[in-house]
Amino acid sequence: MPSKVENWKSEVYGSEIREHLMEFAEEGWDAIPEDEHDAWFERFKWWGLYHQRSGQESYFMMRIGTPNGVIEPGQLEVIGEVAKEYATGPVDNPEFGEAYCDWTTRQSIQLHWIKLEDVPEIFEKLESNGLSTQQACGDSWRNIVGCPVAGKDKHEHIDAWPVAEDLHEEFKGNDDYANLPRKWKVSVTGCDQGCGQGDINDLAFEPAEKDGELGFNVRVGGGLSRKEPRFARDIDVWVPPEQASDVAAGMSALFREYGDREDRFNARIKFLVDEWGPEKMRRVLQEEFVDFELPTAGEDMRDQYTYNAGHDDGHGDHVGVHEQPDGNYYVGLDVLVGRMGADDTIELAELAEEYGSGEVRLTQRQNVIVTDVPEEDLDALLDEPLLEDYSPDPHPFMRGSIACTGSEFCSLSITETKNRQVRYARWLKDNVELPDGVQDFHIHLSGCTASCAQPQIADVSLRGMKTRKDGEPVEAFDIGLGGGLGEDPHFADWVEMRVAADEVPGYIENLLAAYEDQREDGETFREFIAAREEDALQDLATAEETSYEDPYMHNTKMTWYPYAEDDDMNASPAPTDGSGQPLATSDD
Amino acid sequence: MTTDVHQLDDGAWISVNDSREINVSDLWLLARHEFCDCEMADFLAEGVVEVGVDAPDIAARFAGRCIQCGREGVTDWLTVGRVIDPDDGQFYGVVPESVHVPRKRTRLARPE
Ligand code: HEM
Ligand code: SF4
Ligand SMILES: [Zn+2]
Repeated sequence: MPSKVENWKSEVYGSEIREHLMEFAEEGWDAIPEDEHDAWFERFKWWGLYHQRSGQESYFMMRIGTPNGVIEPGQLEVIGEVAKEYATGPVDNPEFGEAYCDWTTRQSIQLHWIKLEDVPEIFEKLESNGLSTQQACGDSWRNIVGCPVAGKDKHEHIDAWPVAEDLHEEFKGNDDYANLPRKWKVSVTGCDQGCGQGDINDLAFEPAEKDGELGFNVRVGGGLSRKEPRFARDIDVWVPPEQASDVAAGMSALFREYGDREDRFNARIKFLVDEWGPEKMRRVLQEEFVDFELPTAGEDMRDQYTYNAGHDDGHGDHVGVHEQPDGNYYVGLDVLVGRMGADDTIELAELAEEYGSGEVRLTQRQNVIVTDVPEEDLDALLDEPLLEDYSPDPHPFMRGSIACTGSEFCSLSITETKNRQVRYARWLKDNVELPDGVQDFHIHLSGCTASCAQPQIADVSLRGMKTRKDGEPVEAFDIGLGGGLGEDPHFADWVEMRVAADEVPGYIENLLAAYEDQREDGETFREFIAAREEDALQDLATAEETSYEDPYMHNTKMTWYPYAEDDDMNASPAPTDGSGQPLATSDD
Repeated sequence: MTTDVHQLDDGAWISVNDSREINVSDLWLLARHEFCDCEMADFLAEGVVEVGVDAPDIAARFAGRCIQCGREGVTDWLTVGRVIDPDDGQFYGVVPESVHVPRKRTRLARPE
């Protein structure tokens, strides 16, 4: 029997949701019939609106999908302005203030505290500037990711940007692929470094050569969510760039027809690949979903992958000043946990206009890149005061930090995330010496097993948990070690379980000391972890309290907003009307 | 009116008659259970796996972990609350941190 969500989707889904959304927005939150809330909120996701968690009813997070993270000249200013005008909640965030933008791990933009009533105006602003929230959430083609400097990178073999753009054009608003059994995440990589992170996407195009021609090998069924992480699997198919779209259409149609619509927990294509194996995936794709002979895989470049590859000559991110093939430069800036205030965003847009082409790009590490800066303007850009906060040369603990949305807004969360990770990074920077030679050290923090911060591919993975301290329940983390991508990607091994949140920095300090002490000459952190058995890993370091203080130890999920003065669920003003005034609710 | 129960957002919460009632991230104390070897399991609910109605009780199975011993898995059925009068649909939730006894079966609402 199809799941309830499938029943709702079969009634109304895809583009047509928009007219209903607009009607509700016109009439106000109250106009959504109470017994249809769940169905509509499920559908609104397709248009990028995700209802915030308990205690924040009537407020939405809004995601804007920017393919390959490319924000075209003029667009960043609009995003900053929308955030400033509409993404303000009842209470400020103590680290980030009143209004802010989140740059996400899939090169999208997330805003919070959006009111339904404002959606028509916001859509108007975004769409008249070429931006859209379409399919940013929901069961369809999500934002297409790729190497963030596609087209501007010296390591590139194929310019992946036109391919990503083409897929975006083809599959956004395409009714044939609007209603899939679950989300559908696609990555296109054109460089030999592997920065597209194809391995953790449902469908990955990776550069490969066949009979002297450059194109892509195809992998299917990657993803991190739940406790079922998978790397995408090689299905022995090569495509030339001009046919990438046909193969993508075929594979997403295969998913549409054969994905599990009865059990959402089993719906992602990674489970179908588990069940069928790569050979059958290829056979069914060939027989039923493409009308040309699929070439077998070409020669890939995985042995050259350096991005997050865990070896010495690797590169961990796109932060810093790098020359483009055209002689201009791109300047990658570190945005701690991917969150930037609205005013800073607007200022960044101005700097990009002034010194570059106006284009800005988002990376899969929650950072931003200003592209197309002529050599003679570099120094002036680097001298800008904004770059003190968003540095092109940050401390490794700052640049290595990623955190998901967490209990601030997210229903699935177990713990607070971003504000805590900011505090972790600062404390580590001030108190912990990195072992000699360590330039990249990635710490990814996710508030639950959905793994939106991609914890399994970090040096240190933190995953939201609970424990008891002096009998009282407190927020905690499972700690995993030694994950990463590269030719041989590896998910972190879970080593230390249920470490109280205020003992995590102490653990990391001890861990790094153990690494420095015990490593072989030239052994990278990832190699160091890989060389050890489970028991040895558990004996490496202990968790302990330090001078680090954690203001979010209590069950932040039980508050209506973790940073409110009166954070009790009953003190929530939500739901509110279009002007933010509390509405009387019938159900309590 | 029949009581409409389902889990949403990938098992993040339980909806009872289109109202968000039970969330993940609570600790549930389980007695006379088979979840782990602890006398009392100190169970962190990380995700709703299945929901059911056994009038007047609303029941659910959760994925999660006993934070005492570390065992992970899915619980048997836990009563999460009741709808006493199906006509007004009012939900009365249980208190997670009080003691609960899981049951082997319940009537399913609709499969999710
Ligand atoms: C309902 C269950 C959810 C699951 C299973 C889930 C899973 C994931 C995963 C696995 C990723 C990225 C890793 C990848 O590349 O595959 C991701 C991205 C993300 N998720 Fe979730 N997530 C869920 C709900 C949410 C919610 C409720 C929020 C916030 C309110 C959220 C916020 C994000 C953000 C900000 C990203 C980064 C990227 C993006 O797609 O642009 N997620 N999610
Ligand atoms: S990892 Fe979990 S807590 Fe964090 S945003 Fe994703 S669903 Fe929410
Ligand atoms: Zn136990």
